[in-house]
Amino acid sequence: MKQLSRRRFIRLLGAGGAASALGALAIPMRGYAATGKANPQGRVVIIGGGFGGATCAKYLKRFSPGTAVTLIERDQQYVTCPFSNLVLGGLHDMDYITHDYQQLQNKFDIKVMHDEATAIDPAARSITLKGGSKVDYDALIISPGIDFRWDAIEGYDPEAAESIPHAWKAGSQTQILRRQLEAMPDGGTVIIAPPGNPFRCPPGPYERASMFAHYLKNNKPRSKILILDAKDKFSKQGLFMQGWEKLYPGMIEWVKGSDLGGTIDRVDAAKKTIYTTFDRPFKADVINLIPPQKAGAIAHTAGLVNNDGWCPVDQRTFESTMQKDIYVIGDASIAGAMPKSGFAASSQGKVCAAAIAARFLGVDMPDPSYVNTCYSLIGPDYGISVAGIYRIDDGNIKSVEGAGGVSPMDADAAFRQAEARYATGWYQSITSDMFS
Amino acid sequence: MQKKPVLRRLNLVLASGLLLTVQAPGAVERVEINRGAILSASCAGCHGTDGASPAAVPNIAGKSAEFIENTMLDFRSGKRPGTVMNRHASGYTDEEIRLIAEFFATRE
Repeated sequence: MKQLSRRRFIRLLGAGGAASALGALAIPMRGYAATGKANPQGRVVIIGGGFGGATCAKYLKRFSPGTAVTLIERDQQYVTCPFSNLVLGGLHDMDYITHDYQQLQNKFDIKVMHDEATAIDPAARSITLKGGSKVDYDALIISPGIDFRWDAIEGYDPEAAESIPHAWKAGSQTQILRRQLEAMPDGGTVIIAPPGNPFRCPPGPYERASMFAHYLKNNKPRSKILILDAKDKFSKQGLFMQGWEKLYPGMIEWVKGSDLGGTIDRVDAAKKTIYTTFDRPFKADVINLIPPQKAGAIAHTAGLVNNDGWCPVDQRTFESTMQKDIYVIGDASIAGAMPKSGFAASSQGKVCAAAIAARFLGVDMPDPSYVNTCYSLIGPDYGISVAGIYRIDDGNIKSVEGAGGVSPMDADAAFRQAEARYATGWYQSITSDMFS
Repeated sequence: MQKKPVLRRLNLVLASGLLLTVQAPGAVERVEINRGAILSASCAGCHGTDGASPAAVPNIAGKSAEFIENTMLDFRSGKRPGTVMNRHASGYTDEEIRLIAEFFATRE
């Protein structure tokens, strides 16, 4: 055992006054929070166990094992949106993208509560759960992901989504869409209707089109895929189009927003038809309608959203600019130049964990650094990627100039194959970084 | 740069002569909050926690600092071909690459 420096001794004992005799007696112990007394190294509650929340919980424990961490997550199992397109394409089954919270509990001493937060009282620093019980916190992190703007499309609601799925939250919606694809006739039409910016996973709709095409090419080769976009351009566009031309010539047609003449504004679920602003109808065998989005419901309940429906935060720590001691990470937050991706959420979760741990340990938080890496599969052996490295500049998260960017155009088959292999490696690494 | 980040069990002899045993809760190894750890957390998304990759992305946990530093510098200059790593390495200064290399060299 190395000599313990005074500085490390102070850190070990926690923030403020720790070197005093009193501090020495207030050594944090397991279960301390349960007594109802303040934990010297903080009681942190995290709502939402996805890429942001699960990663944040684990890294908080790594940076500050003495902090009591509670993770509130509605579901027993977590189904990832990343790689759900591969399930749609028939490359993996649902089990592959389904994870649980056992190791976070057992290995990292995180208290996982499968419950739903229904209200937050920022003044009392207290959360009310669905069953009526309350959980107190010193710092609260919410990582609620997205909710849909159901009011944006006439006739579209959770019930209509059973026949016209969004599949933009993975799980039963993924299975509905997969079954529809399996049931459609050869020579049929599939529509994907992506929303305008900002939305979760910017390359996602186009990877989805690729995975649909992979399945249809091998099973129903006379079928067509029509992308009715709200936008005039999209993420990794050149790379996707080059890949489609190479692997699925003539199968995927992309209609940009200005050619479509408005957005998808109305749905008739019974007729399997969607309508544009000027009531132009589009009927198909399978329709995947991805509605406009906003921060997850609890962010609205807790008064954390701006007029656009997203959460403004101090981009250095992710503390809300609207409520003290509440932090928002992931898709729900406004995180400068970072996209709304699982990887970005995970990166934000680590920065937020370090900021909160530093606060409770009474040490300085170093300058943060953030990253995004997203792979998309166009075919099983054809992968492309986008990377971004981000720093704080004048209070905003900005891309480091001259770094990041997308895979090269016109790369050879070996390059695309390597990126497809790394896509799978990426998935296995990031999910293990979250959950084990 | 700390060599042993973990203080799982620590015997402290206080000035009064009182012997205290401090047991950190759980068995989680504490990672010191410093610039190297913050930068390296970014790498873990693809390379696994502490650089210990479970699958196709190369494992970097416990590789020598010299190897990691040189590899990153070569990715950055383009001397070493890669897929995504050239784009990542370009985002870091010499000093940041050194801190990242030192961090992963101490991991298992």
